[in-house]
Amino acid sequence: MFISCIRGLGRGALGVLEMLGSYGMFLLTAFFWLFGSPLKFRRVLEQIIFIGVKSTVIVLLTGAFTGMVFALQVFYALSKFGGESLLGPTVALSLIRELGPVVSALMITGRAGSALASEIGIMRITEQIDALEIMAVNPYRYLVVPNVVAAVVSFPLLGAFFSMIGIWGGYLVGVKLLGVSEGTYFGEMSNFVEMKDITMGITKSLSFGLIVSWVCCYKGFFTEFGAKGVGKATTQSVVISSVLILIWDYFITSISL
Amino acid sequence: MIIVRDAYKSFNGNQVLKGLNLEILEGEMFALIGRSGLGKSVLLKHIIGIMKPDRGDIFVDEQNVGSLHGKQLEAMRRKFGYLFQEGALFDSLTVFENVAFPLREKTAMKEPEIKDRVFVELEHMGLKKDAHKYPAELSGGMRKRTSLARAMIMQPSIMLFDEPTTGLDPIIGQSILNYIQLCHRRLGFTGIIVTHDVPRVFTIVQKIAMMDDGRIIINGTYDEIVRQGNPAFQQFLSGSIDGPLHYV
Repeated sequence: MFISCIRGLGRGALGVLEMLGSYGMFLLTAFFWLFGSPLKFRRVLEQIIFIGVKSTVIVLLTGAFTGMVFALQVFYALSKFGGESLLGPTVALSLIRELGPVVSALMITGRAGSALASEIGIMRITEQIDALEIMAVNPYRYLVVPNVVAAVVSFPLLGAFFSMIGIWGGYLVGVKLLGVSEGTYFGEMSNFVEMKDITMGITKSLSFGLIVSWVCCYKGFFTEFGAKGVGKATTQSVVISSVLILIWDYFITSISL
Repeated sequence: MIIVRDAYKSFNGNQVLKGLNLEILEGEMFALIGRSGLGKSVLLKHIIGIMKPDRGDIFVDEQNVGSLHGKQLEAMRRKFGYLFQEGALFDSLTVFENVAFPLREKTAMKEPEIKDRVFVELEHMGLKKDAHKYPAELSGGMRKRTSLARAMIMQPSIMLFDEPTTGLDPIIGQSILNYIQLCHRRLGFTGIIVTHDVPRVFTIVQKIAMMDDGRIIINGTYDEIVRQGNPAFQQFLSGSIDGPLHYV
């Protein structure tokens, strides 16, 4: 009984190591083709449109409402001790350092990450990836690298849009609805927000872009057979990406503080 | 010339190739027949280097495919064209873009030249007026012809056909075989056709091999095989369930 438990644990540990190794090799191969061969700019541009441009509306919409509801909540808390003047910096710092990168990344994962995994997964099960290999077109170079580059470019931009529109949403609620003065809202913001806060937000977005494109491409690339396999790959890619975003967010924040 | 020497391959303990030997001469059209699910397509994927044998060697023009990596493997694959059973067309690209794909990716040709080449190929396949369509808008026969045009556009010296007529009605199936024959005459490639379309395929090939239980059990010209009166071949031809070949 005891021995079989140990065996089971060992098998489980080996399975996890194998999976991590497989993820690691996938990323290394993608990096090899990223730096070892000319970039396919046309493909990168197509994927920036797919991942970035087409996610703009949903990111702006969620950004605006996140900023608005956040301003409402913060105003309520600050008014308890007469600190309404800190509404602007609180909204801005939270959005730039945290909510902008994280929520926009989660939104893009839901919209583009899932589509990415299913598209590559369908290419796998319909032998389109085999066709690329047979035509001597490296599938990492053609499929994975453009998506990774496009995500790393798009995520910070969309994160910045999210924060900007969120700050504007906070302004609408705080200044126009709750009566905080415009000068206080923006003046205090410029006093408190520093360059390192913006750098932090951008760093987070960059790493989230890498994580999401890595996981979604991997899941699509190694999808199991049939419609069920593609469905499973799509669901797993979104769940794993989302969880990794939150875990990585904690670590990167705790290191930088 | 393609030589498969004593090739073994298993998947999760299931032995698919069991010491398979085969030799295909340059410029020869070769039919590979046998029951479904016994490794004919797997053999094609070994020849082109997508899969590697557990044991044994596969030589293409005297190069051992199993030992090739990176640029060497890429260079070897450029000799090949491959017609997939389901076409494997890129569903986000039009017929024109699918056929132009290898030229755009693997040559330095300018766009006007690519356009000319693609339309010539589409003309051969009777697809010129369908160039703007997406794979989802095509019939089975048109998909096969598009896939064939994509495979032929690089003028390969070796063509592998994985069940080119499966799922097509007899007339469309015959037209696909005619296209293959025309392409062979035009380009003179070495061709391997994996098919169940017997006896029709025998009209376009010089040699036939039958695969069973992971090995080649019959190999020769049609006349030679008929003269031998091999019962497995007779059973496969007649589609009888009684005989030396069993259900899998």
